[in-house]
Amino acid sequence: MSVVTLTINDELVSAQEGETLLSVLHERGIDMPTLCHLDGLSERGGCRLCMVELEGSARLQAACVTQVQEGMIVHTHSERLVKYRKMILELLFSERNHVCAVCVMNGNCELQWEAAKIGMDHVRYDYLNPDLSMDASHDRFVLDHNRCILCTRCVRVCDEIEGAHVWDVMGRGVNSRVIIDLNQPWGTSQSCTSCGKCVQVCPTGALSAKGATVAEMEKQHNFLRWILDGREKNVWSYGNGK
Amino acid sequence: MKKIKFATAWLGGCSGCHMSFLDLDEKLIDLADKIELVYSPIADVKEFPADVDVTLVEGAVANMDNLELAQQIRARSRLVVSFGDCAVTGNVPTLRNKLGVDDLLTAVYHEGPGRHPTGGDTVMPKLLPKVLPLHQVIKVDAFLPGCPPDADRIWAAVSALLAGEPVVLEPEMRTFG
Repeated sequence: MSVVTLTINDELVSAQEGETLLSVLHERGIDMPTLCHLDGLSERGGCRLCMVELEGSARLQAACVTQVQEGMIVHTHSERLVKYRKMILELLFSERNHVCAVCVMNGNCELQWEAAKIGMDHVRYDYLNPDLSMDASHDRFVLDHNRCILCTRCVRVCDEIEGAHVWDVMGRGVNSRVIIDLNQPWGTSQSCTSCGKCVQVCPTGALSAKGATVAEMEKQHNFLRWILDGREKNVWSYGNGK
Repeated sequence: MKKIKFATAWLGGCSGCHMSFLDLDEKLIDLADKIELVYSPIADVKEFPADVDVTLVEGAVANMDNLELAQQIRARSRLVVSFGDCAVTGNVPTLRNKLGVDDLLTAVYHEGPGRHPTGGDTVMPKLLPKVLPLHQVIKVDAFLPGCPPDADRIWAAVSALLAGEPVVLEPEMRTFG
């Protein structure tokens, strides 16, 4: 594969052709906030936190769905970008009921941590306080729409890794919801294999193990690497000799 | 040196932030040398005084009493700090926002178990249609998130305020929850 040279934050960088900009930024150790991206899943470009400025383009681009190109000039942390990222996080917090203090993922939540990292110490928008439901009909797992940010990691992991495609998204805009099968209670799903992959990849408290209470939920992503290395390279290890 | 006029107030919250404030332990003695506590739930003062330098406000704005006190605090304080998640985000008290006030009171007091209380309409402060974070009601100068903010966070914020510096907390110290 050929090599391309680009400029990231005034530094010359070489990368493999076909690589996404986000993976190059991660390799360079540049701290890019992400919520919908997860190593091992296809990219969605939905959360918009990894937006970058490309010189010569008026539009901001999500780094996760942008391929590196020869001569690209990239800025990742301009004042404008940080301002927009903060706004995105504030809008996510205002859209549903993210009450960290009483959430199963308190202390382990990716949304909570991205907000703290960027310096979001309050939300300037009106909270919508929508009346949203929970689905605890499954034996082992709970879905809480109050915490969902529609990153669709659950949809993708179920489709791409487990191969069951239980999850989908219904509705538009602020009325969008993740749904199970044909929008039915989780416990009645015939396609769900109860593997729990959706729960493990969920960045917030939207999906959790039944019985977990405040701050008790922790999630593991390393199974993804394990499965993918096994499938693609026939290597069945966590990559560190174990 | 003239002592800094310091106040704390308790709106719609559980008082956990004030409990956490007491967790400052021996730092409270240092603090007592520098401040004069002019108003607080832990001091017997009836009226919010004038010319306060710094006020920490715990709790969301849930009813008319909260609203009036918040406005008084703003008018009489140089710096107002949202102290803890309820003041910063509305937090747990906002869980009632999806219900109308009348439906809420009916569900909790009239349809709840046992004999329902009477006279609440005249004695209790009127609930606002929605519980609001403090900064949606008055201008707030600094935010101290946490449920409750632990003593280290409180000290980081309070020592900055006493030194006349802006409150800038480390990422680990500004998580909600």
